[in-house]
Amino acid sequence: MRKRMPSQSNKNGIGGVNMVQSEVLTGNYAVAYAVKMSRVQVVAAYPITPQTTIVEKIAQFVEAGELNAKYIRVESEHSAMAACIGAAATGARAFTATASHGLLYMSEMVWWAGMGRYPIVMAVVTRAIGPPWSIWTEHNDVLAHRDSGWIIFFAEDNQEVFDLTIQAFRIAEDEKVLQPVMVTLDAFILSHTASPVYMPDQREVDEYLPPPGGRKLPYILDPLNPLTHGNLTYPDHFMELRYQIARAMENAKQVIVEAGRKYGEMTGRYYDHLIEAYKCNDAKAVIIAVGSSAGDAKDAADYLRNQGLEVGVIKLRTIRPFPVEELREACKSAKIIGVVDRDYSYGYGGIVHGEVKSTLADTKKPVQSFIAGLGGRDITVKDFINIGRRLIEMADKGVGEQPPIWVNLKQEVIP
Amino acid sequence: MNKIPLTSISKPTRGAVGKTGFWRSFKPVIDQSKCVHCLQCWLYCPEGAIKRTGSNLMTVEVDYEYCKGCGICANECPVKAIKMVLEE
Amino acid sequence: MGKLEAGGDTMKITIKDLPIKEYMLPGNASCPGCPASLGLRMLGKALEGKFILVVPACCSTIIQGPFPKTSANFPILNIAFAASASAASGVAAGLEAQGKRDVQVVVWAGDGGTADIGLQALSGAAERGDNIIYICYDNEAYMNTGIQRSGATPYGAWTTTTWTGKKEFKKDVPLIMAAHKIPYVATACISYPLDFIAKVRKAAEMRGTKYIHLLAPCPPGWRFPSDKTIEVGRLAVLTGMWALYEIENGIFKLTGPSIALLDKSKRKPIKEYIKLQGRFARMTDEEIEKLQKYVDEQWEYYRALVEMGKAKTQE
Repeated sequence: MRKRMPSQSNKNGIGGVNMVQSEVLTGNYAVAYAVKMSRVQVVAAYPITPQTTIVEKIAQFVEAGELNAKYIRVESEHSAMAACIGAAATGARAFTATASHGLLYMSEMVWWAGMGRYPIVMAVVTRAIGPPWSIWTEHNDVLAHRDSGWIIFFAEDNQEVFDLTIQAFRIAEDEKVLQPVMVTLDAFILSHTASPVYMPDQREVDEYLPPPGGRKLPYILDPLNPLTHGNLTYPDHFMELRYQIARAMENAKQVIVEAGRKYGEMTGRYYDHLIEAYKCNDAKAVIIAVGSSAGDAKDAADYLRNQGLEVGVIKLRTIRPFPVEELREACKSAKIIGVVDRDYSYGYGGIVHGEVKSTLADTKKPVQSFIAGLGGRDITVKDFINIGRRLIEMADKGVGEQPPIWVNLKQEVIP
Repeated sequence: MNKIPLTSISKPTRGAVGKTGFWRSFKPVIDQSKCVHCLQCWLYCPEGAIKRTGSNLMTVEVDYEYCKGCGICANECPVKAIKMVLEE
Repeated sequence: MGKLEAGGDTMKITIKDLPIKEYMLPGNASCPGCPASLGLRMLGKALEGKFILVVPACCSTIIQGPFPKTSANFPILNIAFAASASAASGVAAGLEAQGKRDVQVVVWAGDGGTADIGLQALSGAAERGDNIIYICYDNEAYMNTGIQRSGATPYGAWTTTTWTGKKEFKKDVPLIMAAHKIPYVATACISYPLDFIAKVRKAAEMRGTKYIHLLAPCPPGWRFPSDKTIEVGRLAVLTGMWALYEIENGIFKLTGPSIALLDKSKRKPIKEYIKLQGRFARMTDEEIEKLQKYVDEQWEYYRALVEMGKAKTQE
């Protein structure tokens, strides 16, 4: 696991000696602690593996009086998001969490939140969709919602999960954004695996985030200023409303960077880029990874560099807004790009691959698709080493893009 | 040019779909001499198109700008003081 | 102003108790003679605009009128079809979390969004006792999408998906809600607006989940002329097809004209109600007989509930 170096500007090290606390937390608990520190006011959630310990921990916080929130133990995920929308419409800070089928069941309301511009934060533990049933990690559930107006983050480790959840509230509630935010973490790899998480002081978080609730948003529900949300809109007006959302998502790029920089000033951990470009400056081959496997990709890059192979790694932190400019910049020196998709769009190919390829289309560089880790199959450092080697080989031989390579596929059992 | 709000919110407006008086074929005509000021027509009008006027707000008048001509007022009036008349 | 103590007689409110101010502005998109439009007007007067209304997909979504205008002089959260009760739970929680305690949260949903697609969320909210008033205005079909049958469509009714008449009986949502043991369940009819307003005001004084089921005869959907809305609703009550009652903390009481109708001889035959509506025009005598029997049996059930209520009160 890659260590994050403390910023030079923070001479006390990570977060400052007096104020930092650290716990060994699973990714799920990291979410729960971040929700508590963010002073969320309404939580409405339904349990689903592997998110359950998020909602259990938050329930504990609420009942112990550590988090002063209304906890609605809803009877379905669809109701969970509906309740969050209701709460957000009154100006309250709302949160929910789900995974896989829960997210799909909630789909209609996920769109309602995105298109209605309700700044809700949701943690999604990425999990494969059935049938057959699988509880392990895959990114299709989250990526299926990439069009819905949500800002979507993928976390690499539990520290990032914690940090992102806090930043999410600031980003969502920013006047130039006002869109909901998804913080995603891979099933079991992050959600149930514990590692040290450094947490800032409550006072710092209170300063970092706007005060919860009672926002002066012009559209909150209030009998003293009666407004109707979301009534029928004719074609005459619809496009302009959607344009505003498109513009907000563009604004989000800057807001995310700014929020990440501010967070760094507070904790020493900077998140002021939409991607993490690792050893890409002089890379011949660049591997693009999303989520927890990004860490293994970076380890593989270190190994390959020691072997004299110029491999770099790009970790896509956000899927939406898609980091077009940063991606193009980071791929400047590469002769070939490989995208590792922990997802598949049946009838097309890797989803992230498609988006990367269209972003880099005019560079005419080959973008090779790798499909790996579906249904939670491990993607190891060794797999990334092989991927890196393969890409270098393709670059040296001038080989163009091949059909998607399914990593570790047991071809021999397929009839 | 009026700017749109930053999301799909609407403001309370009389005549949200226009002057719905244009919808009707028959219009209610109140014979004030027969009216007993029971306010049933005011109560039952689905549109709120019966206005209460007069010094004690007990006189009823039809708001022809918005009255859709449904005829409920005429049907419910206990003294049959309201007639539905074909619009010219 | 006619405020009601819990347990008071719902017919004590008079027209003079109602505010003159209109909370539903005229020129809305409802059909002429629409009971939902009238219902919203009455709701506004009942709570004097001090509420947030949650409206799922239904006729009332359209009645508001199009962006950027609305006919409602109170805040409305439009929400997806199945989600009204849970969105309302969220609104209630959001208000409470911010210390705003003097605003009612009211759901205004059709029978489709209540008895069918919205039932799960409603049941969840009731089981949790979320602090909302849920009003189902029942025009007995999916009217907004063009008169398709719902679980609340009565036996024998024509709809665009039951061309030879519905073969199943009406889902009894008020009694389903009563089984959740919520503090207040009531039925009402738009033809008795003062009774409806009194029940809304009574609900507003209680904490917990309150459910009011309002019969709303629909001229285009039930096939009768637009001036007969109130008359049809009145006959629904006077024939016993629809009973006006309230169940307060588990005690069942008939209200208004329904009180006298435990006596079968006082109930008009349902034929008088049915003959006014084109949607029942194809019903055979046999089917009408079956429906009459069903109504009579329902009233025996109400009799038992009334007795139980009386016994409980004496305890």
